[in-house]
Amino acid sequence: MAFISSGYNPDKPMEDRISDIGPRHYSEFLPPVIKNNKGKWLWHEIIEPGVLMHKAESGDEVYTVRVGSPRLMGTETIREALEIADKHCDGYIRFTTRNNIEYMVDSKDKVGPLKEDLASRKHSGGSFMFPVGGTGAGLTNIVHTQGWVHCHTPATDASGTVKVVLDELFEDFQQMRLPAQLRISMACCLNMCGAVHCSDIAILGYHRKPPLIDHEHLENLCEIPLAVSACPTAAIRPSKTEITDPKTGEKKSVKTVAIKNERCMFCGNCYTMCPALPLTDAEGDGLVIMAGGKVSNRISNPKFSKVVVAFIPNETPRWPQLAKVMRQMVEAYAKGARKYERVGDWAERIGWERFFEACDLEFTHHLIDDFRDPAYYTWRQTTNFKF
Amino acid sequence: MPKHETPLLDQLESGPWPSFVSDLKRQSEARHAKKNEIEYQIPEDVVDDLLGVLELSYKEGEVHWKHGGIVGVFGYGGGVIGRYCDQPEQFPGVAHFHTMRVNQPAAKYYKTDFLRSLCDLWDFRGSGLTNMHGSTGDIVFLGTRTEQLEEIFYELTHNLNTDLGGSGSNLRTPECCLGESRCEWACYDSQELCYHLTLEYQDELHRPAFPYKFKFKFDACPNGCVASIARSDLSFIGTWRDEIRIDQEAVAAYVGGEIAPNGGAHAGKDWGPFDIQKEVNDLCPTECMWMEDGKLKINDKECTRCMHCLNVMPRALRIGNDRGLSILCGAKAPILDGAQMGSLLVPFIKAEDPYDEIKEVIENVWDWWMEEGKNRERIGETMKRMGFQKLLEVTGIKPMPQHVQEPRTNPYIFWKEEEVPGGFDRDIADYRSRHQK
Repeated sequence: MAFISSGYNPDKPMEDRISDIGPRHYSEFLPPVIKNNKGKWLWHEIIEPGVLMHKAESGDEVYTVRVGSPRLMGTETIREALEIADKHCDGYIRFTTRNNIEYMVDSKDKVGPLKEDLASRKHSGGSFMFPVGGTGAGLTNIVHTQGWVHCHTPATDASGTVKVVLDELFEDFQQMRLPAQLRISMACCLNMCGAVHCSDIAILGYHRKPPLIDHEHLENLCEIPLAVSACPTAAIRPSKTEITDPKTGEKKSVKTVAIKNERCMFCGNCYTMCPALPLTDAEGDGLVIMAGGKVSNRISNPKFSKVVVAFIPNETPRWPQLAKVMRQMVEAYAKGARKYERVGDWAERIGWERFFEACDLEFTHHLIDDFRDPAYYTWRQTTNFKF
Repeated sequence: MPKHETPLLDQLESGPWPSFVSDLKRQSEARHAKKNEIEYQIPEDVVDDLLGVLELSYKEGEVHWKHGGIVGVFGYGGGVIGRYCDQPEQFPGVAHFHTMRVNQPAAKYYKTDFLRSLCDLWDFRGSGLTNMHGSTGDIVFLGTRTEQLEEIFYELTHNLNTDLGGSGSNLRTPECCLGESRCEWACYDSQELCYHLTLEYQDELHRPAFPYKFKFKFDACPNGCVASIARSDLSFIGTWRDEIRIDQEAVAAYVGGEIAPNGGAHAGKDWGPFDIQKEVNDLCPTECMWMEDGKLKINDKECTRCMHCLNVMPRALRIGNDRGLSILCGAKAPILDGAQMGSLLVPFIKAEDPYDEIKEVIENVWDWWMEEGKNRERIGETMKRMGFQKLLEVTGIKPMPQHVQEPRTNPYIFWKEEEVPGGFDRDIADYRSRHQK
């Protein structure tokens, strides 16, 4: 493994340096049918699950075949995706915000062979490599975060939980039987890289134990005032303690912090500021399920997702309780909601008391908001409720 | 023989959804198979060790990545996220496993030759593992060693004419929907505005000078496909202020059942024949639509442009011609004080090159936040702490009813001294001359 230089000279880092150039201009990458009709599209239709047709003023049509991806992909799979694009789409490919891949062709007769090719490619374990779907009143890909694959603060794995849920609900990725589109999102901790908090259903990794305190190393690893000020509930204060040096056996006094456990809401913000305060714990960590959020302005305003299941343990590798709860919620929604109604609109129309009944979910004290002023506005200040 | 046994992860290879475990195993095998073709600059068994450490997390239920680490490329304060394994002896291939964010082209269209060049670079100097794409929109290169960072950056900028994205307390990589490129509802060119502002604010993107992260996202219509209203500090959402264009013949075709509603999105279930009264007019949130003599009428003045009728009948209804965008400010995820949605700041602004009016809003917002924002405070939190009025004041925007869902329910108005005749400076002796103690 001999080091091969790119041309960069570490002794003269500014020599020939190119910076601040930004990304490539998107127009380099637009397929001709897209470039020619940009800003001149008339309408679209979903001709079958996973296949869209857009019609332009010029009469041109573009057919888009959408396929799911696990987001975490090696170059081998990417190269295979590119090979398909070379074969069917003149070397153009697109990715969506929700981690789907889109293949575009300029005539209908190219759709069949493309779809057939995509459906024929499978991984050695039997899963599809490029499943076609994710359109209309169905389930599209679950956007998610890094989890145990690559992050330092997760309370669960992201790729694994998503794989389990998408296996369970796979038919709904490939059909359009639901009242409206269903957006499921996954974040492996409260930092929520992504818009999990405004999803029809959100899966969220969460800790349930206060941070451990690494007294021996805290002073060297952290700025104590930053750790103290990081806590939103003022549960952390500066402190001193006596520790025994593990090598010499000598006792010494060290600067550290003390934590009022009853004030901790397990957000992990202290750990972000101070690595000597880890939260991860096999028994403590698991999942929260939230529901009823959306980002679209259609019919009703955008809304936040609400916590509907306080905790599901990390039952690796296939999280059976998670899969079961997701199935219950999706079936109840499919059965109960009216055409065009998103999960949140449905829950608001029937009332949340009916939502828990319909989804067969237990309501516990954990689901009543008690965090600061906004909590009051979620309690029921009316006699209008259902028995 | 795999380097590590992975009995738990192996159970995630079955089932129809693309298995990331199969993907990792495939990558590992290919990496070993190509060892004579490519002079790998980081360990050949990087993927094997990733599988190993992930299996350990599945077994123990705990994460094995250490807290951050300050690594980066010279002159930039973002784009690279340091990552180290907390079991480096057991998994030396991922002892260093840093992330690099590569700024994606707007709306993520690619030519295969460009992506293939990125794959070549990443196989050679990194793990070969990616996220296509990260939550903010970047191409994410997962896993390389510190000594490769400058080399990768040099190759990206010199050979691939592309740059890193943002991380840390700076402008994060802006992201947009596909807009005019393939959507009939685009009210402005979201790709062009995204690209233009990304280039305009390269310094803010690469060199952290803000109190905390700052995100721009561009949705070309109120459907919000990139979720800008939920997750960007400044959200740019396309809209129009004239009339929805109606093709009455197409309306009749929908009513007559010749065209499937909602672009055929409900084809998987029999919802019965299309009923325009029930499915469009009655669901209109402002009740501004009705049928008259077989024609669809819209009182556009009352329309809030929610998109429902356009979504249901894309061949009959089209967005207006006087287009622009609304700017909303302050969205964020729950850390720390609870989640916030963007609040409407600019109801309507034209989106035309060179976008000077938009830049003026952005820069006024930044100037205020950089002056007043506390360390690690998102603009949404600064707004909550200091009040929406303050944001209007610093951006020079006139308050109007569009800014609120409803007026305040308490009279605790912070009157300014200059607003009250005579000011606040009063004489107690004068008061006492009229009022005994």
